[in-house]
Amino acid sequence: MIRLSEIDRTFPVGGETVHALSNVNFSVSKGEYVAIMGPSGSGKSTLLNIIGLLDRPDKGVYSLEGLDTTELTDDQQASVRRNKIGFVFQFFHLIPRLSAAENVELPMILAGMDPVERKSRVLEALSSYGLSERMKHRPDQLSGGQRQRVAIARATIMQPDIILADEPTGNLDRTSGIEVIQILENLHDKGITLMMVTHDPDLGKRALRRVRLVDGRISADTGSS
Amino acid sequence: MKVRDILQYSAKALSGYTVRTLLMILAMAIGVASVIVLTALGEGARVFVTREFSSLGTYILIVLPGRSETTGGPPPLLGETPRELTLEDALYLARNSVIRRVAPITVGSAPVSWKHREREVTILGSTESLFDIRQLTMAQGRFLPGGDPTRGSGVCVLGHKLKTEIFGNQSPLGEWVRIGERRFRIIGVLAKKGQSLGLDMGDVAIVPVASAQALFNTSGLFRVLVQANGRNAVQKAKKTILNTIRKRHEGEDDVTVITQDALLSTFDRILLAMTLSVAGIAAISLSVAGILIMNVMLIAVSQRTTEVGLLRAIGAPSRQILRLFLAESAILSLIGAAFGIMLAFLGTWGIARSYPEFPVTVPAWALGAAVFVALLTGLIFGVLPAKRAAKLDPVEALSRR
Repeated sequence: MIRLSEIDRTFPVGGETVHALSNVNFSVSKGEYVAIMGPSGSGKSTLLNIIGLLDRPDKGVYSLEGLDTTELTDDQQASVRRNKIGFVFQFFHLIPRLSAAENVELPMILAGMDPVERKSRVLEALSSYGLSERMKHRPDQLSGGQRQRVAIARATIMQPDIILADEPTGNLDRTSGIEVIQILENLHDKGITLMMVTHDPDLGKRALRRVRLVDGRISADTGSS
Repeated sequence: MKVRDILQYSAKALSGYTVRTLLMILAMAIGVASVIVLTALGEGARVFVTREFSSLGTYILIVLPGRSETTGGPPPLLGETPRELTLEDALYLARNSVIRRVAPITVGSAPVSWKHREREVTILGSTESLFDIRQLTMAQGRFLPGGDPTRGSGVCVLGHKLKTEIFGNQSPLGEWVRIGERRFRIIGVLAKKGQSLGLDMGDVAIVPVASAQALFNTSGLFRVLVQANGRNAVQKAKKTILNTIRKRHEGEDDVTVITQDALLSTFDRILLAMTLSVAGIAAISLSVAGILIMNVMLIAVSQRTTEVGLLRAIGAPSRQILRLFLAESAILSLIGAAFGIMLAFLGTWGIARSYPEFPVTVPAWALGAAVFVALLTGLIFGVLPAKRAAKLDPVEALSRR
């Protein structure tokens, strides 16, 4: 479903150009659980951002479900992100002035969904993540684990095919980290394609497929199981 | 994204930063209020002048001796003294069918005395027609009698103020006063009418025109007020007057005829221009408010960079981001305009209370224009910050904390 071929991505840093990704060929089938690992600056996040259509490759072709994404307009890319992809970030990125429920509701607002439908979906999602009592709380009134669960609820509210998680436990203590990973793995069990960038080798081991990046190249790939 | 949701989202974003939002609304409100109040003042001046003119009477033409147009060339050294406008001229005019009434006027200043009290006032010499042309009303007695205007009789009518100053609360009817070297019997007192085109009708004594001419030893008239038969007859009357006087003055065009409409429309244009320029000056304060909005929105964008990044990640196209920030500016402007209108009405109310004789009215077009300009300013100055937000690279935006 995800197919990257000969992807290059360079950034100008100071006077030089840094190759964040060079000649990456990589594909992921539906329902996989992939951990992307590697040292800092190896291009893990860039790879995830390109897959999530937040970033565009300088060269190469990225096709998602047979669709060449490099030819999509900004609106079309946004629509793909909205409907097919869910992001989970290390720093949660909840909007501080909005309540947990409002944060979860946001993607549906952007999609122009009917308010009644929105409310019932939010209710359902928050209660399934054990957050029904925290609905009206703002992010600063929630613990780290709770915040990440709100973020996951937000990422899954549009029922995407793919979840992209960038160090989802990087900012959490051990217990809530494991809790979050279990939630993500549950989603995978239900058929969602899960891709996770992580530093943590223990987390990496739990994935069914591990990809290792070094200096913008794939140095190891355990392959599809 | 639905319009209602856009508005709700933006409103929430604004209420998240109370002080800043209130300051911006205040700036916008002051801008809008000053535009409206100044326009109202200008409009008030216009209405005031128009009202003054209509208190002069309707379908009035004023005939002045002498020509007002310059002929070009150096002014004659010895001066071609204009022929006098005589009482006979005035009476001759009255014979024309398009002219309803004619009131010849002589003006002079003379002391009016009764017993040991004396006042120096304006003496108007005229005929009974003046009563209808100037739309005067009597407080006591009656106005100058009809009859042959060339015969002066010793009667006079006093202005309200003059009567009070000389006679106090006594009735002056039938009393004899001395005006200059002559004695006049008082037959009436004018009702209070107030100022009319600079001449205080309360502080005058009105005598028959022939008596005034004798008093001031003149045969010319100060001017002649002519009332035409109707609005449509005004232009015809003007032509007739010019023709008649030319014939009587051996082919010389030596009078000037001013129609009330011409005066009025000139004043109207001048005052409208004044209103607009004053409103324009006030609009500068609106643009200051606009710049403030731009400044604050720029700060908002940089403060909310990660929010923008997140919105992009969860599926907002950059157009949407643009719309969200523009909606914020628009909401600010509109709320500001609403407060501005309230402020303006408070201001005009205050002015109306302190100067009741001055008509301050907020013209409807000024309200619409102020709101429109406020919204326009908000949007114009909101475009730059909104564009900046829309152009943010989502990856970079999200990497900031």
